[in-house]
Formats: sequence, structure tokens, C-alpha cells
Amino acid sequence: MQVMSKENYADNLRKWETRCLEPFLKKYPERKENFKNLSGTDIKICYTPDDISDLDYEKDLGFPGEFPFTRGIYPTLYRGRLWTMRQFAGLGTADDTNQRFKYLIANGQTGLSVAFHLPTLYGYESGTEMTVGEIGKEGVAIDTLADMETLFSDIDLGKISTSMTINAPASILLAMYVAVGEKQGVPADQLTGTIQNDILKEYIAQKSWIFPPEPSMRLIIDTIEYCTAHVPKWNTISISGYHIREAGATAVQELAFTLADGFAYVEAACDRGIDIDEFAPRLSFFFNAHNDFFEEIAKYRAARRIWAKRMKDKYQAQNPESWRLRFHTQTAGVSLQAQEPENNIIRVTLQALAAVLGGTQSLHTNSMDEALALPSEKAVKIALRTQQIIANESGVTNTIDPLGGSYYVEWLTNKMEEEAEKYFQKIDDIGGVIPAIRKNFFQMEIARSAYEYQIQVENGDTEVVGVNFQRSASCSPEKIDLLKIDESVAQRQIQRVQDIKASRDNARVEEVLEAVRVAAEGTDNLMYPILDAVKEYATVGEIIDVLKSVFGVHKEDAVF
Amino acid sequence: MEQERKIRVIVAKPGLDGHDRGAKVIARALRDAGMEVIYTGLHQTAAMIVESVIQEDPDVLCLSILSGAHNALFPQIMQLMKEKGIEDVLVMAGGVIPQDDAAALAELGIEGFYGPGSKLQDIIDYIRAHLKR
Repeated sequence: MQVMSKENYADNLRKWETRCLEPFLKKYPERKENFKNLSGTDIKICYTPDDISDLDYEKDLGFPGEFPFTRGIYPTLYRGRLWTMRQFAGLGTADDTNQRFKYLIANGQTGLSVAFHLPTLYGYESGTEMTVGEIGKEGVAIDTLADMETLFSDIDLGKISTSMTINAPASILLAMYVAVGEKQGVPADQLTGTIQNDILKEYIAQKSWIFPPEPSMRLIIDTIEYCTAHVPKWNTISISGYHIREAGATAVQELAFTLADGFAYVEAACDRGIDIDEFAPRLSFFFNAHNDFFEEIAKYRAARRIWAKRMKDKYQAQNPESWRLRFHTQTAGVSLQAQEPENNIIRVTLQALAAVLGGTQSLHTNSMDEALALPSEKAVKIALRTQQIIANESGVTNTIDPLGGSYYVEWLTNKMEEEAEKYFQKIDDIGGVIPAIRKNFFQMEIARSAYEYQIQVENGDTEVVGVNFQRSASCSPEKIDLLKIDESVAQRQIQRVQDIKASRDNARVEEVLEAVRVAAEGTDNLMYPILDAVKEYATVGEIIDVLKSVFGVHKEDAVF
Repeated sequence: MEQERKIRVIVAKPGLDGHDRGAKVIARALRDAGMEVIYTGLHQTAAMIVESVIQEDPDVLCLSILSGAHNALFPQIMQLMKEKGIEDVLVMAGGVIPQDDAAALAELGIEGFYGPGSKLQDIIDYIRAHLKR
């Protein structure tokens, strides 16, 4: 076999261009002048060893399960255990969602994921002014421990892991979960799951903040400290790029902003004096799976490598568990189209495949009808089946990181890492993540990308099938059966809260809420008084109100 | 000169819904189309939005909601506007609003519903063609 030197590749490529490509192009020009990926990076016609000539296998890729984990975080990956199939679900009352959970488990789902309604996310008690029209709409209504008991009724918390998408009130919902476990006879140290608990990306993108950044960070570090001592198998933060991407960020921005948030949490926990190797293994990540197939795969690979290097080299973590970037993935909600919704099944399939080829630890596949409403049972089932088909029929799980070594994917992984490093530098120059939030740096970057994307769609530079390409005039967006949330849900939930408040020991509730206030004013870990408060059936709204009275509330600049 | 006057638009986000991507894209597009745009920011009650309308005296009020709370919040806004005697503001809606709901909301005087997949230029054209003053 002839061995070509690096120079030979470049030289031979130029010869190929003259000999083969150019005459061909004269006869058959390309479809477009430029080919770019979704982050706007120019993509070449073809990649060769020349594009990754500096790549050092041992240093930059390594073997699966070993530093820097570019190829995957476990030595067997899906050959040992498939990813967790975890569909995000929440609707109506706790009872309604409990039914949906059981339906998903009966259909082979392997983990739970709770979507709370907006009033819970913002800490408003159902029935108060801001909850009009919102109760049970975008998720499940949880006001007290009683709702949480119903939510997990007949589901053994010792046997299933649960992810909870909750941020500002995360400590309260975690306390409720621990309390439900206790009632079921499952000790806290046996509970497995995740609270999102990522407030930084709330200010940046998802916008369900309550308190200003500093007390919010304190609450997060309180939960980390508490879990490290009592709930050691719990993922204390799910550092999320998903919402950053949904809000309009490019893949590069998603990668960079998410990891920057991760570094900020690491630094905050270290500042509290918690040993990095005590808490870092329980940090997890949550990424988007968008349309540009190879860019998404490169993003996950780059994320693993950047995290591992920083954790080991900059933060001096010793435990390899601290270097491993474990992540959940959700397919891109924003890529779902209202026009011809069945096409969304195909989009989701490709996105899910990218997540799997990128080595995800768990996955939510969106339902085809989500540009129109909360998903129907049928739509959810197809979404779950999509994962099962990838896992059990396609053969892609047989080997780890099958795209490793691809000239294109390796080049793109390197490129995304470089671009992310530039953003880390910019954020450092501004003074860190929180100052950058206050200066609207992330918000404006994302708004700009969102607008640029929309203009590209408008111009036809980005094609969306059924929307600006092959749009069919006759197709009404709503020819599929949609889920409707019964308007009586709100009344039932408000009544339920009132019943609980009438039946609990209200003098005791006053006492425990006072203890929360005292802890908030001082520096004691808030998890302990919050746990006492939820056990007395204090509402999420009552606890948040006490915290607001001490911490104040965040105000956002309305920039666009 | 009358035709030189810029069209004034308020883009508002009623309710708890934090999905502001669409609202911000619309705000930029209308600004780039030469309109004067005021964006309220998130978490607005009906009273806050109508107060902004009174203060800013816009030609157009664009409401964006993706949480499903439109059937509760939009009628509140329209009722308050009526009480305050505001009748010459074009009220439009965007976000995730099922067609059946849009039909009922149209009865209250909301017009120009633009959901996912809408073209920015269509929205701009609609505003220019349907101003009420």
C-alpha cells in the first residue's frame, strides 16, 4: 500500500480539482454558490486527511470511556445498555399526568420526565392572578406534596429515574420528590433522577426566572451540597443548551453558552468549598438535536472533549467521573412545522439518530403535533417508537462513535471547539456569565441568530419542506387530532389547593415557612427547612413568596 | 407630512409564557420595515398591556402567546380596551393558536392570526393594509 504524506494530500486534492472537478463543474454547476451549515460555517465539497492533519488520536480522541471522551463516555456505550428513553410529559392535573406516565411505561419508556405547568415554574399558587388561563396547560399542575403523591401514585421511585424540568423552584420540587420517596419507603440515597436546576440559561433563554442571579445561584449550590450528602445518585443540575438553541442560538452558540454556564456552576460550588470530585460527577447536560445532522454530532463530540479537558486541566478534578460529560438530548421543538405535521416524524427521526450517533445518555423525541398543541397519546407513541426503531432495528448501536475518523466530522468537531473557545474568551472579557447576562450579551447574540435564521427562511436560503419549499396549498395545518386541555382542570386544581389548605395544620405551616425565611436571610442550607415545609403541605407558591420577600425578584431588559 | 409618520406597534407577551423568540423576531422585522416598535417584555397581565396601549398610543398591538392561555387572556385584553374606549388599534395575534380558537377570538375584534411558518413580509403587508387610523 502506498503511503501519502500530508503534503501529498493537499497536492493531490489540487490535482483532482483541475483534473476532475473543474471540467465537471463547467458542464454541471453546483446547486448553490455556497454551502453552509446551520451555524453559518462554510462547508467544503469534500474533506480529506489534510483537514485533520494535526489530529492526534490518543490526545484528541482516545478510546471510548477514556479521556478526553470524544468518542464516548463509557467503554461499551449502547452495547452495554441503551440510552434511557425519556419522554417529557405533563398535562392537566397530577392525576391526568400519572395516567400518561403509566401509558408511556406500558409502551416501553425507561425513565420519567415531568413537565410542570407555568405557575409551578414561576412559583405561583394555582388560582392567583398570574395563573389565569395557565393551569394545567403547558404541563402538570403541582401545588403541594399531595399533588406530587398523586403524580407518582403506583410508580415505584426505587425502580425508575425521574427528570424534572424545574429551575427557580427546583429545591422545592426536589424536596417533594424526596418526601414522596420517603412515603413509598424508598430512602433518599436510592433515588435516581435529575432536576434541571439551571438558572443561568433561564436568564439567557427560557425565561422562567424568579429571583436575581446571586440568590438563585445560592439555592443551586444549596441543592448540590444537600444532594452530595443525602441524595448521592441524583443529578443536581442539568446544564441546558436545549432552551438556548430553541430561543434561536446556533449550534456553536448552544455549545459555548451551555459549557460556559457549566463552568460557572463548577466555580460557584468550589467557592462554597465543596470538593470538585464530590459534586462534579453528578452534573449532567441537556442538548438539542437540530436539523443539521453532522453539525449536531460534532457538537456532542466537541462538548465531551472541551468539558473533559477543562475539568481535568483547569479545575484539577482528579476523579475521571468528574471529566465525563453525560447528556440528555431532546429533538428540536422549533424545527417542528405546523404545515403537514406528519413530516415532523421524519425530522425527529433524523435528529434522534444524530443524538444517538453523538452518544447521548438519554433521549426525548418530540411528537409530530407539537407545533399545534400538547402531544396526543398517538403522537407520543410514534415518537417513542421512533427511538425503539433506531435502538433495535437500525444496527447503529453495534459500535461506538461510528463517525469517529470521518474527515468531515473530525474537522467539524475541531472547528466547533475552536469557535466555542472564542466565545469563552468573550464571556471572560465581559467578566463572566452573570455580568454577561446583565449586559444582555447572550440575549442579543441569540436574538440576532434567530432573526438571521428567519430571514434565511424568508429568502429561501434555508429550505423548510412544506413551509417555504413544496408548500401545498390545500394542506390545512390541523387535519390531525389534537389534545385539548379540559377547561375544568383549572377549577379542579384550585379546589384541590383550597381543600389541602383547609385540612393541614396551618399553625405548623406558619412555623416552617418562618424557618425558611430565617434560613434565607442567613447562610444556612435552605434545603432542610424547605423539606420541612413541603412535608407540612405548604404550597410551592407560599414557599416562593417567602423567598421573594428576602431575595427580591429579577427584572429583565426587554431587548430585541 | 402624514405619509411620513411611522407606524407605531406594540409587541406584547401576555401571561407566563417565556417563548419570546417569535415576538422578538417580529419586533425586529417590523422595525426593519420602518415601523416604530415597542416590545413590552415578558409576563404581562392584561392590565399592563392595556396600560402600555394607553401610554404609547400605538396603531397596532401584536399579541404573542404559545402557552395555551390565549382563550383566557385575549378576551381580558379586548374587554379592557373596550372599557377604555380604545377602538382604533389593530389587534393581531401570533403563537400557537388553534384555528377553532382563532375564530372565536376574531369575534372579539382580534384579526390577523399568524402562527408558526408565517412569512414576515405577509405580516408587514397585513399591518399596512389594515390600519384603523
